[in-house]
Amino acid sequence: MHRYLAGEEERREMLDAVGCASVEELFVSIPKEVRCGALDLPPAQSEEDVRREFWRYAVANSAPECFASFLGAGVYRHVSPAVADALLQRGEFFTAYTPYQPEVSQGTLQAIFEFQTLVCQLTGLDVANASLYDGATAVVEAVLMASRVLPKRRRVVVAGALHPEWDAVLATYCEPMGVAVVHVGWGTDGRVDPAALAGALGDDVCAVVVQSPNFLGVVEDLGALGPKIAGAGALAVHAVAEATSLGMLAPGGAFGFDVVCGEMQAFGIPSAFGGPLLGFFAARQAHLRQMPGRLVGETVDSAGRRGFVLTLSTREQHIRRAKATSNICTNHGLMALAATIVLALLGRKGVRDVALASHATAEYLKAGVRGQGPGAGARLAFPASPTYDEFLVLHDDPEGLLARLKAEGILGGVSTARFGGPWPKGVLVAATERNTKEECDRLLDALRRLA
Amino acid sequence: MNAERSLRAPERLIFERSSRGRVGYQLPALEVPAADPAATLPAALLRGEIEGMPEVSEVDVVRHFTRLSKLNYSVDEGMYPLGSCTMKYNPRINEEVARLAGIAQLHPLQPEDQVQGALAVMWQLERALIAITGMARVTLQPAAGAHGELTGMLMIRKALLDRGERRKVVLIPDSAHGTNPASAVFAGFETVEIASTPHGTLDLETLARHLQGGDVAALMVTVPNTLGVFEPEIVKAAAMLHAKGAFLYMDGANLNSFVGVAYPGKMGADALHINLHKTFSTPHGGGGPGAGPVAVSEALVPYLPVPMVELHDGRYTLSSDRPASIGKVRSFYGNFGMLVRALAYIRSLGRDGLKAMAEGAVLNANYIRSRLEGEYHLQYDGPSLHEVVFDDTLQAAAGVKNVDIAKRLLDYGFHPPTMSFPLIVHGALMIEPTESEGIDELDAFVAAMKAIAREARESPDLVKGAPYTTPVQRLDEVRAARQPVLRWPGTAG
Repeated sequence: MHRYLAGEEERREMLDAVGCASVEELFVSIPKEVRCGALDLPPAQSEEDVRREFWRYAVANSAPECFASFLGAGVYRHVSPAVADALLQRGEFFTAYTPYQPEVSQGTLQAIFEFQTLVCQLTGLDVANASLYDGATAVVEAVLMASRVLPKRRRVVVAGALHPEWDAVLATYCEPMGVAVVHVGWGTDGRVDPAALAGALGDDVCAVVVQSPNFLGVVEDLGALGPKIAGAGALAVHAVAEATSLGMLAPGGAFGFDVVCGEMQAFGIPSAFGGPLLGFFAARQAHLRQMPGRLVGETVDSAGRRGFVLTLSTREQHIRRAKATSNICTNHGLMALAATIVLALLGRKGVRDVALASHATAEYLKAGVRGQGPGAGARLAFPASPTYDEFLVLHDDPEGLLARLKAEGILGGVSTARFGGPWPKGVLVAATERNTKEECDRLLDALRRLA
Repeated sequence: MNAERSLRAPERLIFERSSRGRVGYQLPALEVPAADPAATLPAALLRGEIEGMPEVSEVDVVRHFTRLSKLNYSVDEGMYPLGSCTMKYNPRINEEVARLAGIAQLHPLQPEDQVQGALAVMWQLERALIAITGMARVTLQPAAGAHGELTGMLMIRKALLDRGERRKVVLIPDSAHGTNPASAVFAGFETVEIASTPHGTLDLETLARHLQGGDVAALMVTVPNTLGVFEPEIVKAAAMLHAKGAFLYMDGANLNSFVGVAYPGKMGADALHINLHKTFSTPHGGGGPGAGPVAVSEALVPYLPVPMVELHDGRYTLSSDRPASIGKVRSFYGNFGMLVRALAYIRSLGRDGLKAMAEGAVLNANYIRSRLEGEYHLQYDGPSLHEVVFDDTLQAAAGVKNVDIAKRLLDYGFHPPTMSFPLIVHGALMIEPTESEGIDELDAFVAAMKAIAREARESPDLVKGAPYTTPVQRLDEVRAARQPVLRWPGTAG
């Protein structure tokens, strides 16, 4: 017998009640030709055995916590308040199902309502959904929404440096939907090339996606791009891979962008080898009924008390089936709760302070790299361009450099070489409020010697 | 007594708890020189503090979310008889191992030599899912069941395109989950709904008729179906599809009912998504994260998303060497944290425990069926596996609908069954207890359902007005949709 299953006596009693001599009789409807024998798996393990096996997996990895880590490129290491995981581990939250029964799901529903509000505040837009899988699929959903709002326009323009994983996912989704993806490159400053963008715009473009800060770390001039995109009649999509940047950088919503979406892992979600992450999606009121995913709305109960429900579900697959605005069903609710808790803890002041501290730490590193001179092994790719908390250091052998840094206890960043494509060869270095000055000085010293 | 201050009372919004100058967290002191954004960035691109964001203390946050949590039902509290969706007990050891620093803190872009343990987890989980399904390979990338459906359909589309065929039609039985048609459409197909037999199963004659045209790409079918009925002709259906060059997509939402009993691989499935929460105990988190690995037949292996974990000479790699791949369906490698939990569950149950899990799920459902037959109407009365679909026919005479029965169940301390599908049963009450429940919980559920059946006869208005004991009563969903309020409207704290 097993600790997760019923006991022998109650099984016998239930079999008697259903009139079966053995449980095998309940499976008579499954034909012999599809039956299997004993599964080729190890026997059941005790909890202690399971713990031992996973400790072995864990120690076979190099946990960034044991190093000075400057890894980013879409997944960032920010403060992780103890309160967040303690609350997340309440069974009332993590062992609850999707809130289909609002009378017994007000905790989840209200938390999502608060999440939607926080996303609106961060993005400067009117409405936000209850979450999506990740930044990559959030951008996809934005583009697909644009193709529904503007159904005759069958091209999307990716302007500047979009995260290569996100770009790859966009290609996967767009091709069967008959939406062509066009790329506009960046100039010597790492920003969207304005002439190339002007050339790519046209009356067949449904959306223009601009990541800022972009994959190379450079902050785009959203104020100049927003009106240009709007002028061409396309939906402007501001993609955000580093959500803490919204604590000090004005969001696309402030510059006429129609969608601000992306990845919110930076607010308290563990990196967890890349998943689960937290996609977010905010849009204008005008596009509400074309939005993807779940929405929570406020209402009243029969006694007139405030309450929350899943709403506008006529957009969704369980009602609209083949005509739904997205096939998404389960989203990343628990991750949205985590971000809501962390955003509440940081609050009005902390959200800005995280951004300022991360930016200051990155600026300190940039100044140090710049100080090593133009002839140094490591040099800034875009020395005159504004960045937030991540920047590209050019290097001919980024992977070799990272291996040498690792030997000194430093995870120096992410090599652009691993993504192939048009990327300048080098290391993306991300710094946050969690990187100490001592860690920064060690990285700078190591770069001086090893780059 | 203060009505505002009772247990399970409504909780204010976090924004309404704000008080100017409160903070809930303190950052480490900045050791590097502060950077003046006005000097490092163009002024037009900056913003100040965001109006309306919460200003609350750490204690405020703990109290707020603890109180909110108490307004939720959860599987820690009791059974979810939520047919087809449902969830089982979420073991705590899974939570513990998923939080080990060498697992939870791992960055997805560390070089392969630093993440061998993570790749081993993915490799071992893929091996286990192959052993369980009898399929050729498994992608772990999809983030949820519906995402897995899309991934599977994209692979089928690519396989057809590689044969030079642009088939447009995907057949979907009328008993299917709503995600099936939506996923097929987002993979570029058109869907055609096919009617079930009077027994609620796949109609081979209808299938044969649709296959004559040669434009059918695939059939998407749930096995066992949403009535809990095993498709008796599934092998024949697969052969008919394959003979016409079409594929069989199997929705594996109900895999939990036959693990260790039968192989989808032997049924002729070409793609099968697996909802890890449903069969392998990963928590549902109040709406995700899920994980929807897709197992495929040899015919679809070339089209799997990249990267795949491979093992060469004792070393794991992330290989993108798959020229015909559909590409990537999300960033990185999947919801790794959920994959860890699923493998921990598979290890905990092992070879025999997994089969006993399926047996327990089927026995529990049949026990509920036998105890409630007669009290509730059963439209399809053939043998069923892990779930049983009653309906409200017997109660409708008194004007009591399935939704009323569901709401009344809340007063008896149970989450209601599924009601929104299958669409072929009007007024459905789709009950799936899972194997986690012992006879005591099942008997308590049966007693509640019987009591409600009696109430429906004797005092129907009592049932129609339910629930009475929940934190809020029935909510005005029409108002929510007609006058949408989707965020706290205030801006100042």
